[in-house]
Amino acid sequence: VPAEIYLNVAVGGVLTGLVYGLMALGLSVIFGVVRVVNFAHGEMMTIAMYIALTLFSAFHLDPLVMLIPIAAVLFAFGYALQAAVINPFVTRPDYIQFLLLVAIAIIMVNVLLILFGPDAKGIQTSYSYDSFQFGKLIVDATKAYAGLAALVVAAGLFAFFQYTILGTAIRACADNYTGALVVGLDVKHLYALTFGLGAACVGAAGVMLILIVDVTPSLGPAYTLLAFVIVITGGLGSMPGALLGGVLIGLTEAMAGLLFTPSAKSMFAFAILVLVLLFRPQGIMGKRAA
Amino acid sequence: MKMLTRLIDGLSARVLILLGVVAVALLVAPLIAGDYLLTVLILILYFAYIGQAWNIMMGFAGQLSLGHALYVGLGAYTAAALYVHFGIGPWLGLLVAVPVAALAGAFIGFLAFRFKVGGVYFAILTIAVCEFARVGFDHLAWTHGSSGLFLPVSQYSGNDLWLLRGRPVMFYYILLVATALAFIGCRALLQSRIGYFWRAIREDEEAARSTGIDTFHYKMIAVVISASMTSFAGVIYAFYYNNLFPEQVFHISRSIEIILGPIVGGVGTLFGPILGAFVLTGLAETLNTVLAALGIDLPGAKQVFYGVCLLLVIMTLPDGVWPWLARRIGLSERGP
Repeated sequence: VPAEIYLNVAVGGVLTGLVYGLMALGLSVIFGVVRVVNFAHGEMMTIAMYIALTLFSAFHLDPLVMLIPIAAVLFAFGYALQAAVINPFVTRPDYIQFLLLVAIAIIMVNVLLILFGPDAKGIQTSYSYDSFQFGKLIVDATKAYAGLAALVVAAGLFAFFQYTILGTAIRACADNYTGALVVGLDVKHLYALTFGLGAACVGAAGVMLILIVDVTPSLGPAYTLLAFVIVITGGLGSMPGALLGGVLIGLTEAMAGLLFTPSAKSMFAFAILVLVLLFRPQGIMGKRAA
Repeated sequence: MKMLTRLIDGLSARVLILLGVVAVALLVAPLIAGDYLLTVLILILYFAYIGQAWNIMMGFAGQLSLGHALYVGLGAYTAAALYVHFGIGPWLGLLVAVPVAALAGAFIGFLAFRFKVGGVYFAILTIAVCEFARVGFDHLAWTHGSSGLFLPVSQYSGNDLWLLRGRPVMFYYILLVATALAFIGCRALLQSRIGYFWRAIREDEEAARSTGIDTFHYKMIAVVISASMTSFAGVIYAFYYNNLFPEQVFHISRSIEIILGPIVGGVGTLFGPILGAFVLTGLAETLNTVLAALGIDLPGAKQVFYGVCLLLVIMTLPDGVWPWLARRIGLSERGP
C-alpha cells in the first residue's frame, strides 16, 4: 500500500468526522441545556437524510442547496417535540426519559420503514465522483463540501450561543434552572428552542451525510450510539469537544477500515470510549467533575 | 418451616391470594394453552425473569444498565459453544457461563464505579461494551462469527431435562421455576441488609456513603448478581432457539426489550417486571393478531402501533402499571 493512501484515507476520515461532530454537537447542546438524553438523535438524522433524498429524486434539488431549509424543518420538528411531548419529562428520572425517547425512536424508524422500505438508498450528484488534488493528496469533493459546511454550521452555532441575547439566555438556563426561572426567563420556550437547535444541527449533518453514505431506516440507532460515543469522548457539554470527538472518531473509523476490516471499525470507536471513560471520564475537552 | 414463614412474612392476605391465583394459573396454563399460546407464555416468562434481574440493578441499586443483552449473549454463547465443541451439557455449562457473565458485569462495574461514572455515562458504557461484544463475536471464529452458531436439533419424543433437548413445555416449566425463584430471591434481597443499602444508594449516593455504606462494594454486588441471573436466561435462550447470531443476540434492541417490561410494569417493584412482561408481550401478540385479521401486512406497521402504545403508557402512567394497579385493587406492595 503506497504511503499516500494512508494520508488520503485520513483526510477523508477527518472530513467525515466533522459531519459526525456536527451531529454530536446537536446532542451535546440538547443534553447540556435540557438535561434530556436524546435517544432518538440518530433517528432524527435519518429523517433529514430521507427528506434530502426525496427532494433530490423528485425535484433534483441539490442537498447542499437544501441544507438550510431542511435544517429549518428539523428545527420546527424538534421545537414541537420538546414543547408537546418531552417537556413534562424534563424533571423525571433518566430511565423514564430514556424510555420516552426510545418509544419516539421506534415510531420514527418504523414510519420511515413503511414510507421508504428497508433498502439502502443514496444520492448521485453531478459532483459525486469529483475530487480535488493537492500534489499526491486526493480529496473527495463531496466529503470536502460536507466537512466545510459542517464547520460553517458549527461556527454559526458557537456565535449564536456566545454573542446573541437568546443564546446567553439559553446558557443561563443550562447553568441554573431555578435562577433562570427566578429572573423571569421562559424556560419552557428556551428548552424547546434548544431542542430545535439540536435537531437543526443533526438535520444539517444528515443532509451532508447523505452525500457520503447510503441511508436505511435501521441506521438511526447506530448513529444515536455513535453520537453518544463522540459526545462522551469529546466531553459532554463542551461544544469544541463534540467537534473534536467527531474528528477523532471519524479518523479512527477510517484508519480501522483501512488497516483491519471495515466491519470491525465501530469496535475501535467503542474501544476509544472505554479508554476515555477509564482515564479521563469527563472527556477530552470536558471540565473536571462533569 | 421457619424459612416458609419468613417467606410470607409481612404479606397481606390479599397479596397471598393474588400470588396463589397467579401461581396456580401459570402451573396449569400449558394444559389448556395451545402451541401458539405456549410460545407466547414462554416469551412472557423469559422477559419476566430477565426483567427481575435487570430490576436489581436499576430498581434496587439505581444503576441504569442499557446493555443487558451482553449477559444474555455471553451466557448463551458460552453454554452453546461448550455443548457444540465439547458436548458439555447446559447445566454444567452454567458453571462456566455464569462466571463469564459475572466477570463481564464486574468489569463494567469496576470501570464505572471506580471512576464515579454514573447515570447517563454508566448507561452509555453498558451499551458500548455490549456493542463491542457484538462486533467481537461477529469476528470470533470459535463461535462461527456472523454466520451463526447452531445447536444440533432433531425430532424429540421425550424431554431430556439434563441436556435441555425437548419440547417447549419443558422450557416453560424451567422458566416458570426460574421466575418464581427470582421473585422470591429478589424479595429476600430487598428485605436483607444489602437491599436497604441498595435503596439508600439509589435514593442518595452521597448520603449513603456518608453513613458509612461502602457504595462501590454494594454496587458491584448488584451488577454481579444481576449479570449472573441474566446469563442463566441466556443459556435457556440458546437451547430453546438452537441458533445464535451476534447481530441478533447482542443487538441494542434486545437490551431495550429487556428493560421495557420492568419500566412499564414499575421500576423497583417486585410485581412490576412480571406484569410488564405480560402487558408488553401481550400487546405485541395482540397487535400481530389484529393486524393479521385486518389483512395489514406492512413491515413496520406493528412496531409503529407498539411504539405509540408504549408512548401512551409512559405519558399516562410514568411510574409504571403495577403501582397504579396495586392502588386500584387495594393492595400496595410493602417497601418500595
